[in-house]
Amino acid sequence: MTLETVLLVASALLSVGLYGALSQQVVVMVMMGLELMVAGVLLALGGLWWFLAPDPSGQVLMIVVLAAMTVEMATGFAVATVLHRRAGGDMTDMTAELHE
Amino acid sequence: MPESSVLLGAAAVLAAVLALTWVTATGAAMGAGRGLVLAATDPWLETARLLRQRRRTTLRADVLLWRLSGWSLLPLAVLLVALVPWGPHVVVPTELGVVWANALDVVVWAAVWLLGWGANAVAGLVGGYRFLALALGYELPLMFALVAPAMAASSLDLAMIADAQSDLWFVVWMPVAFLAYLVGVLGFALHGPLAAPVGDEVAGGVLAELSGPDLLVARAGRHALLGAGAAVAVPLFLGGGSGPWLPDPAWVAVKAIILTALLSYAAGRLPRLRVPLLLGPAWVVLLPLVVLQDLVVGVVLL
Amino acid sequence: MTSTDLAFWLCAVLAVASGVAVFVVDSMARATYALATSFVATGLAVLLLQQSYLGAVIVLMMVMEMAVMAVYMVMFMGMNPALMPMSMVHSHRWAIGVSVATFVTLGSGALLVPWPARRGSPPPDVTAALGRALMESHMLVMMTVGAVMVATIVVGVVLSSHRTRYDRFGDDLRHRDPADRGAR
Repeated sequence: MTLETVLLVASALLSVGLYGALSQQVVVMVMMGLELMVAGVLLALGGLWWFLAPDPSGQVLMIVVLAAMTVEMATGFAVATVLHRRAGGDMTDMTAELHE
Repeated sequence: MPESSVLLGAAAVLAAVLALTWVTATGAAMGAGRGLVLAATDPWLETARLLRQRRRTTLRADVLLWRLSGWSLLPLAVLLVALVPWGPHVVVPTELGVVWANALDVVVWAAVWLLGWGANAVAGLVGGYRFLALALGYELPLMFALVAPAMAASSLDLAMIADAQSDLWFVVWMPVAFLAYLVGVLGFALHGPLAAPVGDEVAGGVLAELSGPDLLVARAGRHALLGAGAAVAVPLFLGGGSGPWLPDPAWVAVKAIILTALLSYAAGRLPRLRVPLLLGPAWVVLLPLVVLQDLVVGVVLL
Repeated sequence: MTSTDLAFWLCAVLAVASGVAVFVVDSMARATYALATSFVATGLAVLLLQQSYLGAVIVLMMVMEMAVMAVYMVMFMGMNPALMPMSMVHSHRWAIGVSVATFVTLGSGALLVPWPARRGSPPPDVTAALGRALMESHMLVMMTVGAVMVATIVVGVVLSSHRTRYDRFGDDLRHRDPADRGAR
């Protein structure tokens, strides 16, 4: 368990999440891809904290990232609910018509 | 830790979970009106009956998720009891006992919903959705109630929280937190007023399509979770192993069993309430009261 | 290979495999709980990196979030618990190409960058140091995160609620209809 291996795993998670965020049609699945990306970022931050700078402020950054992920999820679901209610669908291709 | 004491500790935890499950089942039955002898022997007769019952499945059930979730309720209760310090000994020593106990009862959310979902049947789905709505209501008061003893003891370690109650038990000056904690225990154990997910009006809810050994472990898990919640309350609110004459581990067991018996009896007596009826007061009355309780604890500590 | 290394590799393989499984499995609940498994594995990996509190909190929060997300998945996609193949993608191969390229770039960066030496040593009680940092030197972070959370709650409720209080209590906010409690 070295810094390189931790960062490798984190970049694998981020890449899988990126695939999901780019390719999925359903809004909720896109959000799952985004969640995986943030999980990769969290793991990378944890590794960097332990191997490079084990100072409490690094952990505070991780808490901020965790909070950001929560906010993103909550707002994303609220927007998806609005989309679903107005357009009767939840495909990302329909979001272009949100302005109507 | 030497091998033999790990095995001894594991055996003690399993025995404790068995005892707590039996006490819960008896207490709930007595609360519902059954006599003591019948209530105490019923669990064993039911166990024998269910072990021999033929296992049933539904059309296109998601078998992996269904069986996994049903069989995971009992291990979750075992893990919760493993976190409890028996005086100076603890099977799973951790500095973050409070956080892990909370994490375990959040995993119950996943288990109960999947139990309802996996059966691919209406009763289970209704029960699972009722459970999630109810869980959103009881979980925040429960988490804030867990903050109070941790603040008062300046530690998240269950052993240190138990030790910090040597002069006065936390239940005496944190009654609101204790009440919110007990409501949370009833919630994740699907008992009493919060038993809507397994109610008779939905033909058993998440337990509806189960049978045989699957039903046995799910019902046992449900009872075990109430006992485990009560066992975790012992170091949190009831002073851990403190008490005269008996050694600490004995006091932990006695307190856990007494609290389990009282809680399950009360749960058996109280009616099952509708989910919408519970959610309003949970968010608007209980949660602010628990936050106020935390404020009182903080002010007292200053 | 020590037991910590072994545990880390188990968590790593589980996290990536269940991450891939999210987009491959045949049912919404399986996708959601594959993501939950991935997050639990990530939380355990963070725990192995000596950040016990953050690891425990990641596990707790993510299981709760996935339980709620499953409800949304079913609400929007309306699929039943039976397993049926579902693959709703667009520009599939381009996405795979981009993600592989990203992995190669980041992975080679992780391996080739000359990382500096460790600066300082971890505090004896990591959780207590985090708590003290949040309450003392990084109090601004705590306050900002708190305010952002409240704003998020308001945003979520405002965007998704389809009744206003005038729908519930009447035009002059006096009509307290007991039949209104709960479901509409």
